Parts: sequence; C-alpha cells; structure tokens
Amino acid sequence: MVTASTTLNNPADLKIVKPKIGRDDWIMRTCMVVIGGLLAVFILLPLYTMLSKSLENKADAFVGLANYYEYFSTPALFLSAANSLQVAIISTFVVIITAFIYAYALTRTCIPFKWFFRLVALVPLLTPSLLGGISLVYWFGNQGVAKGLLMGETIYGPIGVVIGSSYWVFPHALMIVITALSITDARLYEAAEALRTSKVKTFFTVTLPGCKYGLISACFVVFTLVFTDFGVPKVIGGNFNVLATDVYKQVIGQQNFQMGAVVSVVLLVPAIFAFAADRIVQKKQVALLSARAVPYQPKPNRKRDTILFCFCGLIAALIIAMLGMAQFAALVKFWPYNLELAFNNYDFDVMDGGGWDAYWNSIRMALYTALFGTILIFFGAYLVEKGQGFKTGRTLFHMIAMLPLAVPGLVLGLSYIFFFNNPNNPFNFLYGTMGILIIATITHFYTVSHLTATTALKQMDAEFESVSASLKAPFYKTLFRVTLPVCMPAVLDISMYLFLNAMTTVSAVIFLYASDTTLAAVAVMNMDDAGDIAPAAAMAMMIAYTCAGARILYVILTYSINKRTQAWRTR
Amino acid sequence: MGTAMDAEPFLKIEHLTKNFGDFTALNDVSLEVFESEFVCFLGPSGCGKTTLLRAIAGLDIQTYGRVEQNGQDISDLPPAERDFGIVFQSYALFPNLSVRKNIAYGLENRKLSKSKINERVEELLGLVSLADQQTKYPAQLSGGQQQRVALARAMATSPGLLLLDEPLSALDAKVRVHLRSEIKDLQRRLGVTTIMVTHDQEEALTMADRIVVMDQGVIEQIGSPEEIYSKPATAFVADFIGTMNFVPGVVARSGVVKMGNSELNCDTLSFSDGSAITVAIRPEDINAQDLSHTDNVVEAEIHHLEFLGSYYRAELGGAAFSGHDIRADFSVNLVRRKAINVGSKIPVRFPSDFIQLYPGMEG
Repeated sequence: MVTASTTLNNPADLKIVKPKIGRDDWIMRTCMVVIGGLLAVFILLPLYTMLSKSLENKADAFVGLANYYEYFSTPALFLSAANSLQVAIISTFVVIITAFIYAYALTRTCIPFKWFFRLVALVPLLTPSLLGGISLVYWFGNQGVAKGLLMGETIYGPIGVVIGSSYWVFPHALMIVITALSITDARLYEAAEALRTSKVKTFFTVTLPGCKYGLISACFVVFTLVFTDFGVPKVIGGNFNVLATDVYKQVIGQQNFQMGAVVSVVLLVPAIFAFAADRIVQKKQVALLSARAVPYQPKPNRKRDTILFCFCGLIAALIIAMLGMAQFAALVKFWPYNLELAFNNYDFDVMDGGGWDAYWNSIRMALYTALFGTILIFFGAYLVEKGQGFKTGRTLFHMIAMLPLAVPGLVLGLSYIFFFNNPNNPFNFLYGTMGILIIATITHFYTVSHLTATTALKQMDAEFESVSASLKAPFYKTLFRVTLPVCMPAVLDISMYLFLNAMTTVSAVIFLYASDTTLAAVAVMNMDDAGDIAPAAAMAMMIAYTCAGARILYVILTYSINKRTQAWRTR
Repeated sequence: MGTAMDAEPFLKIEHLTKNFGDFTALNDVSLEVFESEFVCFLGPSGCGKTTLLRAIAGLDIQTYGRVEQNGQDISDLPPAERDFGIVFQSYALFPNLSVRKNIAYGLENRKLSKSKINERVEELLGLVSLADQQTKYPAQLSGGQQQRVALARAMATSPGLLLLDEPLSALDAKVRVHLRSEIKDLQRRLGVTTIMVTHDQEEALTMADRIVVMDQGVIEQIGSPEEIYSKPATAFVADFIGTMNFVPGVVARSGVVKMGNSELNCDTLSFSDGSAITVAIRPEDINAQDLSHTDNVVEAEIHHLEFLGSYYRAELGGAAFSGHDIRADFSVNLVRRKAINVGSKIPVRFPSDFIQLYPGMEG
C-alpha cells in the first residue's frame, strides 16, 4: 500500500494545469475591469493630461521643461513653495503636539467628560475648511474683537493660515493618534511597574515607541492636508501666497493653464512622497498588534488628570470659539456697527455666489456622491478582496484605488479641466454638469472609502466564498445575502464619509462648477471673495448644520438598521 | 472494505504537485479513494494535507497533475463545477442567517419547490439533532452545534464527496470526542465518500477506514489505522503516530541485529549485513511479564517510574540501549507483583514481531 514516490516525473515534462475560469469568475473579472477602467479614466488619464500640459506652451506645442524653468526662475512663484512648506511644517508641529496631548488625555487618563471632548474635537470635520478662516477674520481681523492679542501682527498671513489650518486638520490627526494610543498592551505597563521604572522613563520607553508609527502617520497626513489646502489661505492668507492659491490665481486669474499645471505638479510631488512614506509606516504598524494584547485601563492621578482636563477644556473652548464666532457673525445685522441679531445674512439669493440654489445643489451632489460612490467603491473593493485568481488585475486595481489619496483636490480638479474640456474626449459631455462634480468628489475621496470597505471585507471568513461555490450558489447571491448585510456598518460609514466630504469640499470642485451647478462651499468662498463675509459665514454654518444633521440622522439610521440586520451579532 | 478495493476508485489523484513560488507544498502525490470510504489526511502542520484537500476541491488548483472524480477529469474545474460538500475548521457559517437558512442555502437555487426544500431541511435538522435550534443564529450556538450545522449544510445537496478540513480542531476535548463518533456514524449511514484533514492522530485512528500520512509534501504511508500503527512504513510515521522508542543498532547477520551489547532476533528485511539501522519498538510492546521465551531478553535498569493511573511508564537504561533511555509501559499489577522500583534491574523482552527496523539515523 505504500506509495511514497518522489521522483516519478520531471516537472519540466509535465503540463501546468490551467484552471478553467468559471462563469462567476468571468462576471467578477469583467466587472472589475470595468470599474478599474473607470477609475483609470477618472484618475490616471486626467493626471497624465495635466503632466503633458505642463510641458506645453500656450499654443499646445511641446516645450520640454521650459515652463518649469520659468517657474523656478520667477522668485514670486518660487516663494510660494517656501511659504507652503513653512506653514505646513509649523502647523504639523502645533497640531501633532496638541493632538497627542489631547488624545493622551482621552485614552490614558481618568478625566471626566471624555465623550464631550471627543465630540467637540470632531466638529471641524463638519465644516468647510474656509470656516476657520472666516471666524479668524472676526476674531483678529481688521475689525476683529480680539485684534489686540496679536500685538500689532496681522492675522492676514502665515499666522492666520497656521491657526486656521490647525483648526480644521486637528480631528484628522486626533483620530489617528487616538487609534495609535488605544492599541497598547497593558502588560507592558505592568511589567514596567514591576521593574520599578519611573513614570517618565515608562513614557519614553513604552508609550512613545508604542504609538510611534501612529504619530509619524499623523505627521504625514497633517503635512499633506495643510500643504495642499486651498480654503484657509484663500480666506485668511492675504498677500501671503502659497502653492494652492497660486494654482487658483494662475488658472482663474490669469488663465495661464500651463503655469497652473506646473504649480500643480510642484504641489503633487511632495504629496506623493508623503503618501508613499505613510504607506510604508502603516505597514509596520500592523505588525505591532498582537491578538492577545490586554486593554489598558488608566488609573486616576489627581495632578495629571487636573492638568490634562484643563488642557482639553482649553482646546475644546478654542474649537467652540471658532464655530461660535462664525455663527454669531452670521446672525449679526452689520458687523461691527450694529450687533443686533437678524437673519438678513441668510438671504443668499440677493448676494453673488449662487444663493440658496448653491445650497440645494450641494445637498443633491452630496446625496448622489454618497449613493453612487458607496455602491461603486464597495463593489470594487469586494471584487478585489473576494475575486479568485487574476492576481495581477486585482493588485493593479488596488494600486489605482490608492492613488487618489496622494492627489490634492485642486490638482485633481485642474486635471479634470484639461481632460474633460477637450472636445475630442468622448466624456466631454460631462463638462460643466453635476455629473463631473460627483465624479470628481467620488474619485477624490475614493481611497479612504476603499480602505474602509477592504478592512471590513478582510474581517469576514475567507471560506464563505468557498462554501458558496461548493453549494453552487452564484457569487451575487452570497454578496447580497451574506457579505453586504454583514458589512452594512462599513457601508453606512462609507456613505456618511462621502456625504460629509462632498458637502464641505472646495478644492476638488472649485474649477469644475458651472453657473447652474454652484455648490454651497464654493458659494462661501465666492461671497468671502466679494467681501460678503457675514453671508459667507452664514452659508458655512448652513453646511455645518446640514452635516451635523446628517450625522445625527446617520446615528439614528444605523441604530435602527443595525437592530434589524445585525441582530445576529447579539448572543 | 475488501471488496470495494477491487472496484474502480471514486477519486483518482495522479502525480499532483503544487508550487507556491519556490516552495513545493505537494510533491508528486498519487492516491486513490474508493466509494463510501472514509479517508484521513494526517500529518504535522505544513505537511501539505490541507493543500491536497484544497486541490481536490478546486479551491487552490494544483500546478501539475490530474484529479479524476467518478470517472470524470476535474483537474482544471473551478469549485462550483465540482461535486463536493465542505466543512471548515472555522465552521464558515453565514453569521446573519439562521440555522435553518444556512442549511437551506445550497438548496435554494436548484429549482426545488418550497415544500421540497423544507422537507429536506427538516430531514437534515433531524439528522444532526438540531431541530429545536433552527431559528437561532450561529453565534447563539455552541461550537459543537455550529459544526453540526456546517455539516448539515454541506450534506444538504447530497454531494458525492464530503471534505472536512480540520473540522474538530476548534472544539474542546469533550465535544471533540463526542462529535467524532457522530460524524463517523453519519458518514456510515449516508455512505458518502469522505476525506478529512487532521493533525490529530487519535481522530484519524478512530475515524478513518484508511489513513494517508503526509510529511513535507509527500505521502509517507497509506493504510488502515492498524497497519499504520503496527507497521509504520517509515521512521517519520513511527514517530508521528503513537510513542516509539528508537535505538541505534547494526545488522549482525540476516535475522539478527546488534543493539548495544545484546543481539535481537527480528526480520532484517533487505538490510545488508553490517549496515547501520535504527531499532524501533513501542513502549507497550516491551514485555516484562511473560519471560517463558528466552530470546530477545535484555537486562534493563529502571531510571524513572511515572504513575499514569491505569499503568506505569518506565524509563529504562542499560548496556543494551547504548546510552539511550527507552520508555516502556508496565501494568500496575506487574509493578506491584515484581516490586519494581527506581534502581531495580529487571529482564525485559523485545518480541521480534513488534520490532521495526529503519535506516540508521545520521550522526
């Protein structure tokens, strides 16, 4: 009965078995190629068009690096790059230190009202980045209430840009640092205590190394967001030019598309580097987590808790002050001469900028983005995660899906002009429609949603598909009956994320709206530009309330949906 | 099983090789499985047993080689076009579907009437005695119950081949023993050809009609549990299954090996005179009771004695074992009667029928 044979055949003589591709595999692969193709059309081709535009002169003739030469030899333009770098680095310092202490207080101490601090810290996510700038004008501007605090310095410049940027990127950094501080192993601290390590030494040998990767990752995110942001410098930058405002000025002000493309490339390169570095760091973070880690339970420490409580209170007060001032300014009749409250600033239809139509356009756009974006992104991630074979295709898809995170919204928007405005482009009909705004927004926020979906899908038992195949159930049956219901929380998360970002984004859509598709966030910018700062604040607050409302609706909705579809989670 | 062996095999695996990059997970594996047979793939982790199972299922198709099921070449078919039911260690039950819906899952897209489906589900629920749990969700069941649901789901469509991938490994010891006999019972009643992957030798020995012992991507031995246990084909099999003593020795002449200072009679197989060999014998086969035969008796000193309830395990040393300690099992009765203690010197016999010889160990 023994058949312990080893060298019967030489593998070279044997025919490699080519697996036959089943019907399901064909359908899935076709779908994946279609979605991947769309993604390529909406991200790769526009970027390529922009790159080639930066190498052409105004008559569309190839001129090599002449535009770049001109750029780097024009001090005014070159200075902007230095400015961008300067505010991005300072903001990164400010935000990371603040976010670390804040996150430390929320995760490693026993301060009261943690839920409140957590809630307040996330508020900036609900507002367009412009709101911080507008609020600063009212606090520290020429007619600002606290102008004296600046001791003669002007808020219209680097100071304003740093404060305004720090305000809106704070929650982004905070979420990453909180996650990094949450994944610790209490046993490390017990061991340190047993070895009589001092608290300070424990902090530097256990706490900091433990969240090292999270902090680095947060640095990259903050740097990129500030470096590429357009809203804050536009509102509060004054004569302080940064790369993002330069792109806008070149394109909208001087109609110099080639130079706009060059500045975009200059903007894109550091963003891509930061993105690549962040991916490398995040890969390392995963290895740090062990399934057996014991969660850390902080113990009360009166002195530490009091200090950190005051710190959190201060930061929360600053955030509320920013939001509160915008609201107050929006309700005041005529700043600073008539401080009576009224709703005249909400009469958007009498101002330039798009009026109430812009607001309703934004809602429509955000809803469509959430709807189509969620379907497309989740299905795409499903095909990548659960598809069989076709490894090259799946890896390629995943790589393209990661790309949008590295592309600043302004760069994407400009690329879309070049790409879609070309009359020879079969997609030219999209130009100037709501459709292109939706596509740009979905593309711009694709990566984070894709990763959310991927993570949820990875958590599912990999054998569901094997079992389904053995039962000869078609893949779409398992997708709709099992995968989708189980991933419902992630699906809702994605749609919420897309909705909020679609409501607040300026940079991705600033080049793409037409007169009948103006958006609320764009209206904020245009009204601010026209000097209607109070109505701009009013519109920004409308966006904030809408987002807050959506968020509340989302909580109620997920609660009831989860009660129905996730009943199986309870034992 | 004897008659079944003469029939055409139900599953024929020929020269299967599976490469993952540079790593060879399966190296030219050939095997036949007969109708209604229960076959276990047994081996340490990484031996290729799961790879072989997944190749049979079409989940990870082999690099080279041929698989034939029921006379049909299925080598390159995707899983959906093969005929099998599968149960995984993780159960892989659909968490958001009730027990009943899990079992009905595979029946729903076969153009069966609702009443036919219900009938079949009732039948299966009865078969795994879970009729009273049918409206619950998987998370509300115990591990053993979940695995029974998985089994019922896999059997719902009456597949010709049942594949079990470490189905009992996630369960606690008591449930495992219970479910072992239940699965075996079910398999016998339904007569479905079954392949089970396991690393647990006890599971394989108690459940299988035939065991396929694998190591490093090759089959070491195929045989009935008795054959595998009493006549291990290789030192690996001997060591992997049960407990085995290994002592180096030399073939003195045909029929006689020299081990330490003693000579033992045994079948020297095809080993030539003077070749280095390893003498192997199981602890329970070392005899200190009946010494009426005087051949193969050596003197041993008790180095250590461990009480294990129903018997003693002794560690023996002595000139015959060239410095190796070997293990022997003595009944409680014997130890008492002969007043065996640590330090006692007693004669023990190596019955020639139970001695296995393997090529000499390196070094």
